[in-house]
Amino acid sequence: MLARLGPPLAILLLAGPILAGLAGTLLPAFGYLPALGGEAFTLAHVTKLLAQPGLATSMLLSLVPGLITTIVSLGVVAFFIAGFAGTKTFSRVQHLVSPLLSVPHAAAAFGLAFLIAPSGMIARLVSPGLTGWQQPPDLLIVNDPLGLSMMAGLVMKEVPFLLLIALAALPQVDLFRTRRLAAALGYGRIAGFVYGVWPPLYRQIRLAVFAVIAFSSSVVDVAVILGPTTPAPLAVRLLRWMNDPELSMRFFASAGALLQLGVTAAAILLWIGFERLGAWLRDHACARGLRFRRDTWAGRAAFAGMSLAALLTFAGLATLALWSVAGLWQFPNVLPDSFTLKSWIAAAPRIAGPLASTLLVATLSTLIAVALTVLCLLNENRTGRIAGRRAMWLIYLPLIVPQVAFLFGLQLLFVFTGTVASLPALVLVHLVFVMPYVFLSLADPWRAFDPRFEAVAAGLGKSRLSTLLAIRLPMLLRAILVAAAVGFAVSIGLYLPTVLIGAGRLETVTTEAVALASGGNRRIIGVYAFVQMVLPAIGFAVATVVPALIFRHRRAMRV
Amino acid sequence: MAENGLFLDDVTIALNGQTLVSVTHRVAPGDVLTVMGPSGSGKSTLLAYIGGFLPPAFEASGRVFSGDIELTALPAEDRHAGILFQDPLLFPHMSVGGNLVFAIPEAVKGKAARAALAETALEGVGLAGMAGRDPDTLSGGQKARVALARALLSSPRMLLLDEPFSKLDANLRGQMRELVFSKARDGSLPVLLVTHDEADAQAAGGAVIRIGAA
Repeated sequence: MLARLGPPLAILLLAGPILAGLAGTLLPAFGYLPALGGEAFTLAHVTKLLAQPGLATSMLLSLVPGLITTIVSLGVVAFFIAGFAGTKTFSRVQHLVSPLLSVPHAAAAFGLAFLIAPSGMIARLVSPGLTGWQQPPDLLIVNDPLGLSMMAGLVMKEVPFLLLIALAALPQVDLFRTRRLAAALGYGRIAGFVYGVWPPLYRQIRLAVFAVIAFSSSVVDVAVILGPTTPAPLAVRLLRWMNDPELSMRFFASAGALLQLGVTAAAILLWIGFERLGAWLRDHACARGLRFRRDTWAGRAAFAGMSLAALLTFAGLATLALWSVAGLWQFPNVLPDSFTLKSWIAAAPRIAGPLASTLLVATLSTLIAVALTVLCLLNENRTGRIAGRRAMWLIYLPLIVPQVAFLFGLQLLFVFTGTVASLPALVLVHLVFVMPYVFLSLADPWRAFDPRFEAVAAGLGKSRLSTLLAIRLPMLLRAILVAAAVGFAVSIGLYLPTVLIGAGRLETVTTEAVALASGGNRRIIGVYAFVQMVLPAIGFAVATVVPALIFRHRRAMRV
Repeated sequence: MAENGLFLDDVTIALNGQTLVSVTHRVAPGDVLTVMGPSGSGKSTLLAYIGGFLPPAFEASGRVFSGDIELTALPAEDRHAGILFQDPLLFPHMSVGGNLVFAIPEAVKGKAARAALAETALEGVGLAGMAGRDPDTLSGGQKARVALARALLSSPRMLLLDEPFSKLDANLRGQMRELVFSKARDGSLPVLLVTHDEADAQAAGGAVIRIGAA
């Protein structure tokens, strides 16, 4: 049966490009690349890399923000769940935060930049009334040298991610009874959560946390838009080296990609150290019976952080939209003097091509990912065994290995096979990143499907295929479309894979938008970022409206 | 039609090396074999084995025949076992009529003919004219009757009942028992009933096998 092919195909398509890409990075880093005359292994390129000015700073600007972003995001999510799970506030915030997951990183980062810049929306709202500013102050807020705004931009995106992953794991831990038990024993709400619920919950979401560390410590698009520039974080400088037309720079850039792998690995190792330390502190406090009765403030602070992340994202997106239709808009006016479609009309001819390739690549990679996920899940049904720890590592692999470390090597393979900047190559690379998200969002509803429906259908004489087509897939239509919308959103937002494998010839809305960052034309950026954020929203709208229409007379099919 | 009875030939089901069920029995058409046991005793696995949907974790041996046909040699979809579970399990994305039409064998051709057959089946369980309804708008008793009609429409070789009355109200339960067993007798279908309710066994009136620590 076809389902048997699911897991091997998934392994091939996920691990294959990653391993091949890592090899394609590793060998040139040590001088081996016969096609460019590198016949012997040498440390020369590594030495040259280490001699780069400001390299240590760049490394720190990758490592430290990566860890801080993760600590803040995880802390907000954990304490928010601890303090509020099961309340009305919780479900309200959950509904507010969930759509944020689909906002591409670049759009969210632009939105934040448009809010917090000296001439941004926040300064306008309080000027000149509170500040007396008639001109934008000369402050370096966006691109600040410590990477604070970059971290803020990352936290805004990682909080919804971790919240949704944690919510999916929550039913497997007995939160409410543990909370009552801990309360009965006189423990504060947060303390009871940390002692009783957190250990099993954290075990479930640990790989996702690693993914956050890996992403934040090697991010390019958010760093280009919000991050420090002199020097920039390592991954940003890497991309510059990689795009150098000088071919011999490949060796050097490969060595840099390897260094990035090391930086991310170091970040994860440090994190594992933090895990140990945290566990030790927790056990220590628990053994002493510390009750932290008055710890509700921690939950409230997390609630504030959660709301702020959502608020900033929404306000940022609104500001982007406003800029895209703004005519003259002088500081410190809160609204433009006039509205015009000029920016849209000017951008339209240039955006059409990238828009078409964005949609094509997103659609194809999503369709393949959904089909592959369904095959893997069918195989679970066949064998009666669900994906274990090792399979989950494989699924998270593309999210844990820093993108830049294997994409550059993969680009090399595509260059040599003459397939770089081709549609199949770009779809394959997007698939590597789309597949994990599709699998993670579809697996739970798929596994929760009552198998007795299939037993009934088999008893009615229906083959497995017709049962799949007539019963399981229609009943899971909503879940499948949501998973597809998630995959679609991921593909739309992918920056680095598109830049490297599209090689500047296959452009998407996202690569164009990030390329505009340095230009600083807010109106055009507004147009691109708006398109970028609308596309995933359309995907989710389709996933909501289509099942609602098809099953409008079926009460049990409603959510 | 004795040759169309159900024959369990040394059927044994085990989990982790521990035997749950071991049975050899012949059920004549229209007769009921009741398997009783407390919950968790594995009595439902017997139905799953006969129906062909036993989870892979269980080890099972023995053969099941319907007349001359060895069911255990066939895939689940060729065994034609009409199954009723505790829950009616009407397909929620289809209308009541859609559920019934889905069950009608492919040999019945023509949309109108299939719809007419479904309507007759609905009349047979006292639900005439309900074909257009959304299953979720039916009462519990109505759903159970649709589930029965659906199972009967598929021309099953037998009925497998997995505590199908346990979730019904007490007054409905008696009616439903009567309806199911009379339909089985009318259709000369052998019935295997799994339950922990003594009243079910009495109403069934056939042989009773007890398993597990009772």
